Amino acid sequence: MDDLLQEFLAETTESLAVLDVELVRFERETSDATILGNIFRLMHTIKGTCGFLGLPRLGAVAHAGENILGKFRDGELDVTPRAVTLILKAIDQIRGLLAEMETTGAEPAGSDEELIGEINALAGGAAAPAVELAPAQITGPNFSEDGFPVAAELLAEVAEAMNQQIIAQPEPANLPEPPAAVQAPEPAPTASAAPRESEAKESATATSSIRVNVDVIENLMTLISELVLTRNQLLQTQRVQKDNEFKVPLQRLSHITSDLQDGVTRMRMQPIGNAWNKLPRIVRDLTVATGKKIELTMQGAETELDRQVLEMIKDPLTHMVRNSADHGIEDGARRLAAGKPETGIIALNAYHESGHIFIRIADDGRGLDLERIRQKAIANGLATEAAIAGMSEQQILQFIFRAGFSTAEKVTSVSGRGVGMDVVRTNIERIGGTIELSSVAGRGTTFLIKIPLTLAIVAALIVEASGQRFAIPQLNVVELVGVSDRSDARIETINTSPVLRLRDRLLPLVSLRGVLDMEACENRDRFVVVAQVGAQTFGIIVDRVFDTEEIVVKPVAPILRGTRFYVGNTILGDGSVIMILDPNGLSSAAGQIEAADAATGQGKAGAADAQAGDLTSFLLFRTGSGELKAIPLELVSRIESLDAASIENVGGRHVVQYRQHLVPLVPFGDAHQWKESGKQETLVFSDNGRSMGLVVDEVVDIVRDRMAIELSSARPGLLGSAIIAGKAVDVVDVSHFLTQAFTDWFEITAQHKPLRQALLVDDSPFFRNLVAPLLASANWKVTTAADGIEALKLREHGHQFDVIISDIEMPNMDGLALAGAIRNDPRWSQVPLIALSSHATKDDMDAGHQAGFDEYVAKSDQTHLPENLTRAVRLASTRAQAHFELRRAS
Amino acid sequence: MSTETLVSPAGRSEDDADVFVTFTVAGQLFGVPVTRVQDILIPEEIAPVPGGPPEVRGLINLRGRIVTVIDMRRHLSLPKADAGGGGMCVTVESRGESYTLFVDSVGDVITLPRRLREGNPATLDAVWRNMADAVYRTDQGLLVALHVDRLLAIETEA
Repeated sequence: MDDLLQEFLAETTESLAVLDVELVRFERETSDATILGNIFRLMHTIKGTCGFLGLPRLGAVAHAGENILGKFRDGELDVTPRAVTLILKAIDQIRGLLAEMETTGAEPAGSDEELIGEINALAGGAAAPAVELAPAQITGPNFSEDGFPVAAELLAEVAEAMNQQIIAQPEPANLPEPPAAVQAPEPAPTASAAPRESEAKESATATSSIRVNVDVIENLMTLISELVLTRNQLLQTQRVQKDNEFKVPLQRLSHITSDLQDGVTRMRMQPIGNAWNKLPRIVRDLTVATGKKIELTMQGAETELDRQVLEMIKDPLTHMVRNSADHGIEDGARRLAAGKPETGIIALNAYHESGHIFIRIADDGRGLDLERIRQKAIANGLATEAAIAGMSEQQILQFIFRAGFSTAEKVTSVSGRGVGMDVVRTNIERIGGTIELSSVAGRGTTFLIKIPLTLAIVAALIVEASGQRFAIPQLNVVELVGVSDRSDARIETINTSPVLRLRDRLLPLVSLRGVLDMEACENRDRFVVVAQVGAQTFGIIVDRVFDTEEIVVKPVAPILRGTRFYVGNTILGDGSVIMILDPNGLSSAAGQIEAADAATGQGKAGAADAQAGDLTSFLLFRTGSGELKAIPLELVSRIESLDAASIENVGGRHVVQYRQHLVPLVPFGDAHQWKESGKQETLVFSDNGRSMGLVVDEVVDIVRDRMAIELSSARPGLLGSAIIAGKAVDVVDVSHFLTQAFTDWFEITAQHKPLRQALLVDDSPFFRNLVAPLLASANWKVTTAADGIEALKLREHGHQFDVIISDIEMPNMDGLALAGAIRNDPRWSQVPLIALSSHATKDDMDAGHQAGFDEYVAKSDQTHLPENLTRAVRLASTRAQAHFELRRAS
Repeated sequence: MSTETLVSPAGRSEDDADVFVTFTVAGQLFGVPVTRVQDILIPEEIAPVPGGPPEVRGLINLRGRIVTVIDMRRHLSLPKADAGGGGMCVTVESRGESYTLFVDSVGDVITLPRRLREGNPATLDAVWRNMADAVYRTDQGLLVALHVDRLLAIETEA
């Protein structure tokens, strides 16, 4: 028997058992909406799965049952014993059919018209959609040309949708013919007789695989932890006692204990691929049934998840992929008309990041229909028109997660009965996860599920502050730096904010002791744990660093959940309990502390409102007319207090000598009065070994806040104005000053030709579609290519571009090879090259620079992609220009 | 570890009676229903949770489980104990989670007939009134019976 069918039988048998119990309970407590919701969902799941396995007979019975339940839920039908009896009868019928299927491996022929008729009569007869009557006509699974079973009712619905006929066809006789592409020959399996309802025997499948309660495993795990501790104590004793007769048995005990621990740990972890197994088949079924072309790509199938977590996200994932395939992806003709490739892509991607497991489900379909959601929300009374008018797109999109909301124009057996996304969200939230969605009309929809590492096993770095140990998830740790007052690496402060100079970068720091409000200690030699959260890098000051240990992350007690510094706690090998730090929480806490320290109290509120993930560190300073200006701290490599006397004037330019090089100094405005004596504060920007200084009047503070430019600026040198830490500030456009310094420095007189033509090389249509409009909006003419070969063809055809933006990972010819080919041929060798890749570790970036890229932009940081890209284009063109001029000069 | 139990002779097996585990905090006698108590122990090592709510004294490893230690003096707004003074822990369960109450000392398990039960005095401090279920008159003075779930419904700022 097919694995999938086997699994379905086991699962459904379990569901039916639950349904029996719940229904009886429900009959007693008819007002309990949770029980009803449960029953409805179980029935819906059975129906949905039947649809995909090509089990029309079962599906029809379940659909009829669900119909009544739906009426219960909507209050259209009173819960009478007769109605419940009918549903129970439907369950018995399903059970009978299942038993039959288990022996024959196929759905038995026959019809349940009588029962369905009875149910529909109760539900209001004609009001029931036609689909559920379909099986009366078509029995058994259908086979497409290549012998693939397809749910008959699905075909009917698709045909219906294609004919643009909306909702109910009252008689099965009126069903449109299935599409020509899919023939429906008589099914091969012909079972003996009607199911033996009376002897609906216990499903053997249910017992052939053992399902172990997670509590049992959990308990086992606890006992093993105890065992490990006892073993450790024994070993300790043994060490003191030296040789005795216990030595050998103890060693064996030790090994067995370790193996046991491994075993139980493994028992609980499963690769997420297990939950994806059935998705390709489901998508394939759909493509056959609908005639759409859909490609399902899956990445990160090996990402391990706790068993319990996996179970909980299995159904939501299936549901969402179905939704994408059914509603998201358009049919081939429509896609072509919209200028998209005929084959739609549904991409699944799972990965570990910053202490969480992320699962991304993206399609490049039509996107969610905002207008319909809006109308639906109003129609269903979820919000008033006035309230919706004031909502952002993102807020409106959130309605799809509300109970009782469905945007499907018609009820299909595939999806769309209003249980969909609300079940998905409920399931995910039950395991402490979150789900986010973004949708662009015509471009597709992306869901991002974030599940905490609860129960998962991670490597963690054990550190100490104020005599107490903490664990930091190794995933977030980039490097460790030992700092002391005597060494080069030392902690400095700007205003009151600690920073560390690390390889030409200023790293904002957070003192663990300070954040957690612990006692100070005498130790002056400390360590900085450089941590990364999303695109943010910052340092955590700790007193000592111990080892890395594998730990089992346990959730913190509810009473501690308000404390955002911890992701969990754990018991170490020596039996002590320690807290696991949440770098995310620390970085946002740092932002607040710094803001609170700022001269004005307003800062705190501003920073507190900001979302932790969106925070950028800004250096605030005054210059020129004395207005407050801000610059992203990441861009500043040093802050120098120069002796005014050391500033020299060469050929009308101000320079300063620094390590045998001349560093050009640029004032913020032309009206700058150069000091004759005293100190001159200068922000130093370094880029590929070249440095320039921006002279400022005063460095005010470092704050962390969102980068949100409210007003763009026409003034050269300013990107625009923003509210940072509660104050209105001008955000400085560093590239303007870099250009100024470099063009001055290299005495370039050539006219700076405005950039016009951009070439975008990326194999993912999704990304091409995302980036091209971004560039277009910045007045670029964009040409796209799917890989390096295609890009080089353009060169052969004599095309010229002002900038080339390329992905790294591509088929045929990847970005690195492309960069090499571009740099080694005079035709394009001067074109600024920007890498745009999802791999953005330091090594990747180094490799990119090595290959000839001028700039490297991470795809993952979607919120900042527009800014980063714009900045990179500017920097790259500046740099390429400088390179070019330099080469010409030499 | 003092898990020894003594049944008070005052209340044999009366039907209308409640059985309490008693303990003292700053001289005051308290009781929690014996059915809610999982464990009584002398904590070896309590790992503090910096940045956590003040009522949380820390966490302990109770046979492989992490249990939150509630500082009862702090929770009941009583003065801090003298330094060096030990304490004991009464582990209770609430809403599926285990907590252990850090108290000065644990006393007997006593059975108190319902007739000795009285409502909370109106003058009782608001904090206490919320946590207390009733007050019993006993030979050893007044016993404040605590309501475990209310006691552990500690608000945390999210």
